[in-house]
Amino acid sequence: MSAARDRLQSGERGGGIQLEGLVKSFRGPDGPVHAVRGVDVSIAAGETVALLGPNGAGKSTTIDMLLGLLEPDGGSVSVFGRPPREAVADGAVGAMLQGGALIRDLSVRELVAMMASLYPAAMAVEEVLELTGAESFAGQRTQKLSGGQTQRVRFAVAMVSDPSLLVLDEPTVAMDVESRHAFWTTMRRFAARGRTIVFATHYLEEADAYADRAVLMARGKVVADGPTNEIKAKVASRTIRATLPGVAEDELAALPGVSAAERRGEAVALVCSDSDAALRALLAAHPEARDIEIAAAGLEQAFLALTGEEDEQARDAGPGEVASSR
Amino acid sequence: MSSLVYTRYELLRTLRNRRFLLLSLIFPLILYFVVAGPRAHERVEHTPVTWALYYMVGLASFGTMSAMLSSGARIATERQAGWNRQLRITPLPPAAYFRSKVLTGYMMALLSLLVLYVAGASLGVSLTAGEWLELTGLMLVGLVPFAAMGITLGHLLTPDSIGPAMGGGISLLALLGGTWFPLGHSGFLYDLAQYLPSYWLVQASHVAFGGAPWPAKGWIVIAVWTVVLARIAQRAYRRDTGRV
Repeated sequence: MSAARDRLQSGERGGGIQLEGLVKSFRGPDGPVHAVRGVDVSIAAGETVALLGPNGAGKSTTIDMLLGLLEPDGGSVSVFGRPPREAVADGAVGAMLQGGALIRDLSVRELVAMMASLYPAAMAVEEVLELTGAESFAGQRTQKLSGGQTQRVRFAVAMVSDPSLLVLDEPTVAMDVESRHAFWTTMRRFAARGRTIVFATHYLEEADAYADRAVLMARGKVVADGPTNEIKAKVASRTIRATLPGVAEDELAALPGVSAAERRGEAVALVCSDSDAALRALLAAHPEARDIEIAAAGLEQAFLALTGEEDEQARDAGPGEVASSR
Repeated sequence: MSSLVYTRYELLRTLRNRRFLLLSLIFPLILYFVVAGPRAHERVEHTPVTWALYYMVGLASFGTMSAMLSSGARIATERQAGWNRQLRITPLPPAAYFRSKVLTGYMMALLSLLVLYVAGASLGVSLTAGEWLELTGLMLVGLVPFAAMGITLGHLLTPDSIGPAMGGGISLLALLGGTWFPLGHSGFLYDLAQYLPSYWLVQASHVAFGGAPWPAKGWIVIAVWTVVLARIAQRAYRRDTGRV
């Protein structure tokens, strides 16, 4: 047992987590769906990293490959210097998967004990229950829990092995405000023990508040990767839309406060880092602009505008890709 | 190793499941007294077996079949809950997971046997210690294909379809296997039954004859069902884990 722990600790110093050139496609009704298309991410041991992106960005597929639940079509995954399967077999990985439920006819305490029994160096059951705030309902049967309570138990199940790597796929989706707050408090305490944490979210605020670093994903690719405050500045943009024929994208993109411009027929969309400055400049330079709208960019829009890669990607990809993206 | 604890909790869960207890313990017990009670001491035509013994084994086959099948079929519910994915990120090997299901099925089957043995004894079934043991041994062997069948169903069914599929399947296998009435020694039903594993479970009552209760054919039928169903179970499992 302690040998496993030693090996694990030395492995941790050795590796961190490496995702290299990950590719994964699924068969869909209209041809292949390219869920992940070339993801490279390197995570140091002890880091807390948010995988941020809209639905369909490839976050869950990437996480499934990180955990060894899904075999990549191409590329490789290394978890503390080993393939994910080995890291899992050593009990080094804990995870809260998306949309999971609990098995019934056990009390919360029994369920956690059942899972603890599978690991070489599990935490004490009472400690996990306390840490995750599940002790107050530890005697209840799992089928009688509220949504928030269920999430706490799932969190306890993910933590019970005292994992070196904790992976959480949209962990707070079913939680109320109070549970959410308690959840992140626990996460912080766990991160403070030097654990590596990777969580997927489509809430920018969560990534900003709880991660050291955010990896932005859109359409199966990493579109930005950096400290959360930098990412936040990039993503928390506004978009100005207007009808404005006859002005080149480049010219619009060069306006102050504008970080990217895109044209669709007569309509243009300007992604702005400073929408006030941009709007003043736009109207000064092109008073004929009309139907002006300003909106906070959704993550997806922000990502796509940020990268400006949408068309390029379609051109780069094979014929199957074009078919599936339309 | 540690999967023993997992199995212990699995057994606890099963004992707490009311539908399970009803199907594999209480239902066969009540039916036993209903069908065997009125003519417990009479003999089944052309055999030395009393109705008390015949139905004890018949309903034991029903109860144990239910126990084995439902234990495996619970995999369907766990799959839908995402529990199998959760288990795949623990050190528990898939083989140990299946072992826990089969062991749990067998523990419940033993419980079902015990209950019916006691009921049988109360209606005058009297066997030597050796015969009780032989009967139990044959039942346990005859249940092997049902372990594989349960795991297969667990991967093919959805939780919604488990109830009807199990109810229908078990009733049909029991009926065609001779749980409710002896199938005689000729005719279409008899010919068909020869190839069903449930028939040989019921035939375990022949321990009371002395001699070999199963001819070679019985052993072969059980073996073939086991091998075929194990292959199908394996395939169903692989198909299921390839893409979740």
